[in-house]
Amino acid sequence: MAVELTTPLSEREILKLRAGDVVYLSGVIYTARDLAHMKIIKEGAPFDPRGAVIYHSGPVVRKKENFEIVSAGPTTSARMNKYLDKILDMGVKGIIGKGGMQPEPFGKYRAVYFAFTGGAGSLAAKSIRRVVEVYWLEELGIPEAVWVLDVKDFPLIVGIDAFGNSLYSNHR
Amino acid sequence: MEEAILEAIRLAVTKIPDDVVKSLQEAYKRENTPTAKFNLENILKAIEIGEKERIPVCQDTGTVTFFVEAGVRNPYLGMIKELINSALEKATREIPLRPNSINVLTNKNLGNLPIVHWELVNGDRIRIAILPKGGGSENCSALAMLTPAEGFEGVKRLVIEKVKECGGKPCPPIILGIGIGGSSDLALKLAKKALLRPLGERHKDGRIARFEEELLEEINSLGIGPMGMGGKTTALDVKVEVAPRHPASFPVGVVFQCWAHRKAFLEISENGEVRIWQ
Repeated sequence: MAVELTTPLSEREILKLRAGDVVYLSGVIYTARDLAHMKIIKEGAPFDPRGAVIYHSGPVVRKKENFEIVSAGPTTSARMNKYLDKILDMGVKGIIGKGGMQPEPFGKYRAVYFAFTGGAGSLAAKSIRRVVEVYWLEELGIPEAVWVLDVKDFPLIVGIDAFGNSLYSNHR
Repeated sequence: MEEAILEAIRLAVTKIPDDVVKSLQEAYKRENTPTAKFNLENILKAIEIGEKERIPVCQDTGTVTFFVEAGVRNPYLGMIKELINSALEKATREIPLRPNSINVLTNKNLGNLPIVHWELVNGDRIRIAILPKGGGSENCSALAMLTPAEGFEGVKRLVIEKVKECGGKPCPPIILGIGIGGSSDLALKLAKKALLRPLGERHKDGRIARFEEELLEEINSLGIGPMGMGGKTTALDVKVEVAPRHPASFPVGVVFQCWAHRKAFLEISENGEVRIWQ
């Protein structure tokens, strides 16, 4: 099944998704990886986390007049497992990454893990229309900053659904 | 010469080498589930975009690692370290690369600082292998000090366990470099250098060649598949290098490489002519 979804995501929408479904995601998403997660847990998110989608990614960025995302595939999500409960408890409804995560919290908090192909950064950048905003750039640097990205039809696979079913569970 | 090193870095991060592309295309034909096809199709598309638009295929442009085989009679030898530093700094701005060097104490981003391995050799040529190494696959690296009794069977057990444990994290289909023997440091260095060999090429010692093939087959029977989401292709190749060991030791270094196996080579002749290839 292929579904088109726009952020922020509602519980009603994500309960319809099943592991293995293809989703074309549009709207605003937020990048965050190791250091940004530590800071979000400590200080709170610089964006409204309710219904938000977080993208585990540290992009290659070119600065002309505006910031331009050159390449932006996902990073290994498992490193963010230790923050997962707290992040989902804040109301985040979707996480995009690669390699999979612990499935249980997705069932508990009714959220979805979307997989994009690791390494395919040049292709992912094609789905990014523009950089809306960037938080914590000075402090954390390009890969670790929170980039607010406007995406259009970002092609994803549901890796873990809101019932905790995981495409990865048989392979780990 | 700085320009040539920059161009070799650009080649490495924007163009996936032909041997790797061919192997990925074969994997695409072999796989038959929608998820495996989805991932391999994305991989092949990303490779095409990278080459056409001359942009990094993967956003993790890695820790840029240089293996320098330095001919002691080459007149440019004294400049090479500086040239590598300045070319990488320029490459970071111009290609651009992601600044990937982080101060361990302060977490401050320092730009891109190279890791350079030197080997002095006779002769008048300098050969540099460039290996921009991504963090996801590097995090799966392993060192084990096995006992001589465990031997090659122990190596196999260790590698299979590690591949299973890492699952989708190193961006499969992976390429594995394995160093056996030497010391703890040499085993890992051999493992990383093994990744520079062309895909499909077997070790010239038939016994090691067979071991590479056995490992590859066993890894691909695990079902981990592209991106760890199931499939027939978990590894594209396995490369083993060996060195003499201490009587008490059987060191094994394992280095994972992602499908985006970026590499480039350049050679500087005694009169400063440069040749770049992949």
